[in-house]
Amino acid sequence: MTLRPDPTFHATPKLAMEAPAETLAFTLMLSPDGSQPDGLAVVDVDPKSKTYGQIVHSLFMPNTGDEFHHFGWNACSSALSPLTGHAFLERRYLIIPGIRSSRIYIIDVKEPLKAKIHKIIEPEEVFAKTGYSRPHTIHCGPEGIYVSTLGGGGKDGTDGPPGMFIMDCETFEILGRYEMDRGVQDKQYDFWWNLPRNYMVSSEWGLPPQYENGIVPEDLLSNKYGHSIHFWDLRARKNVQTIDFGENHQMALEIRPAHDPAKQYGFCGVVVDTTNLEGSIWTWWRKDDGTFDAKKTVTIPPHPAAADDLPELLKGFEAVPPLVTDIDLSLDDKYLYVACWGTGEMHQYDVSDPMNPTLAGKVELGGIVADTKHPNGRDFAYGPQMVEISRDGKRVYWTNSLYSSWDDQFYPEDEGGQMVMAHVGEDGGLTLDPDFYVDFPKGYRAHQIRLEGGDCSTDSFCYPSV
Amino acid sequence: MDLNSTAALWWAVVASGIYHGVNPGMGWPLAVSAALMERKRSSLWMALLALAGGHLLAMAAILFPFSALMALAAWQREIQIGAACLVIGLGLYLLINRRHPRFLARVPPSRLALWSFLAAMAHGAGLMLVPIYLGICGTVDTDTGHAAADTLIGGNVTIAAAVALLHTAAMMLSGGALAFGVYRWLGLKFLSKSWFNLDLVWALSLILVGGLSLWHVL
Repeated sequence: MTLRPDPTFHATPKLAMEAPAETLAFTLMLSPDGSQPDGLAVVDVDPKSKTYGQIVHSLFMPNTGDEFHHFGWNACSSALSPLTGHAFLERRYLIIPGIRSSRIYIIDVKEPLKAKIHKIIEPEEVFAKTGYSRPHTIHCGPEGIYVSTLGGGGKDGTDGPPGMFIMDCETFEILGRYEMDRGVQDKQYDFWWNLPRNYMVSSEWGLPPQYENGIVPEDLLSNKYGHSIHFWDLRARKNVQTIDFGENHQMALEIRPAHDPAKQYGFCGVVVDTTNLEGSIWTWWRKDDGTFDAKKTVTIPPHPAAADDLPELLKGFEAVPPLVTDIDLSLDDKYLYVACWGTGEMHQYDVSDPMNPTLAGKVELGGIVADTKHPNGRDFAYGPQMVEISRDGKRVYWTNSLYSSWDDQFYPEDEGGQMVMAHVGEDGGLTLDPDFYVDFPKGYRAHQIRLEGGDCSTDSFCYPSV
Repeated sequence: MDLNSTAALWWAVVASGIYHGVNPGMGWPLAVSAALMERKRSSLWMALLALAGGHLLAMAAILFPFSALMALAAWQREIQIGAACLVIGLGLYLLINRRHPRFLARVPPSRLALWSFLAAMAHGAGLMLVPIYLGICGTVDTDTGHAAADTLIGGNVTIAAAVALLHTAAMMLSGGALAFGVYRWLGLKFLSKSWFNLDLVWALSLILVGGLSLWHVL
């Protein structure tokens, strides 16, 4: 506990944008075959530094086979909500779940270059206290740290639906399941919320047998992956509405609500439409009567390609689907970044009018067929994937791995982990920085990025920007 | 007790109200948030009223049982000692247990009065007033030592109501002034800049109030 709120906590998104720029990034490294322990890389992102664009510290875990994916902070700007009474937490620990092992690491990064393991929660404890497995997304919320999981109980994670659980934000004890009434929700992926408006939105990927050993083409073509988003009364812990995008809209993944809590809308990315291989962005919003609605507001078409240029999985389609695997919204709620992991593109949409997004910028890099090189002349494995935006909205960082077994199916010939950065123009537009190119150690791939002091997919704000 | 100490005790009621009012933990930032979210100034006052209502109820819920107890005039001293010990005990407990009550986070943000009531109860805001209240009752009761029990209760209830109202009015005015200042001029940056961790001070305040009362009675 501190005497004053952590200086990285901000009442509004606008105040967060005005805060000093990030100088370090934390990026997860995973060993795709589990032969080496997964790790956390600290990357220097301060352009004035001599070690700019280099990994300045790495912390490797004492286990193998964790498969790091997403992670988050123990505390963020949501601590400034007077309702919760946690204003004096420190943004100090990274909560890193292994989605293959169900183990959770609490890493102390108070001194980032001496990052150390603070606590390890073993899988057995997660299973015993929650009945869930394969922990994934982390957000700091009203009752502590909320964790979404991608699996239920049992060996293959199909004994009961996956869901969410809550951890104490100071002791990191697992407190128990979140849901009191899950309604029809039976799959889980991402979640986020509007704290003052008291609602949460969650999304669906698939069950463990549908992803752990690779994508299951028969399940995809028979539309068995998730295609709904769920709306929750956050504090009553009750699913109040489910919106089905239609079963052809396979894998509704990232949920990105407007950061300004006065705005009651947000976005969700859908990986692929099985009728035409399109990727899509949906805008969801809350109506005056308190119920929700959603509409497809962006479609991204597939690129035609010769069967010979395609991996086994896609040969029959003679096209590359864009595969919208990650999206991220700038803190001013102006630009939505959309990773097209299949075609190898990062799109920037102006979403000032959330119902009519317009393409404002685009970067081509990697891709199944295009395989575009970085401006520095080097290869970029796979395609743009996990994307993170600086608080001021001027820099966009991304890495390239989606999920170990899926990387191998869509990009059987690629290997490696990279992190790059693009600059955002004054009036939109996106340009890769030729000098920022992090190549991760041999045998490692790179996944989610967190920026020092918070970024555009961690902090939840309790007051509107004025 | 002389007039001066009676006046001092009433000022203590006002001071504790101001203290609770400016403490962000008792809710003034919620009034700012309400005005900003609804985009109208009147929402600030509505939220403040709800917060004050909950706080008033919490004060009353603690003070009224004591006003009934005070009818046992012969036991006045013992009651005062007991109350002082209770307040010191809560202060010590809060000093050692620095964890925040998690159930407060379950209250929906739309139920401000309920939240305010529970926040005040959980932090012993009402209990902080008890020694001051008993002190005031003492100054009145000395003269009416032989009055009938029902008159005594009536008098004590009136004082309890006056203490709760005065305290809450001071709380609402100070919290309201701060909320309006932040909303109108200071901006939300003031919130994170001015928010001090009062946990320790709060626990010590309880011990101080209880200690002073004990010292006075013994």
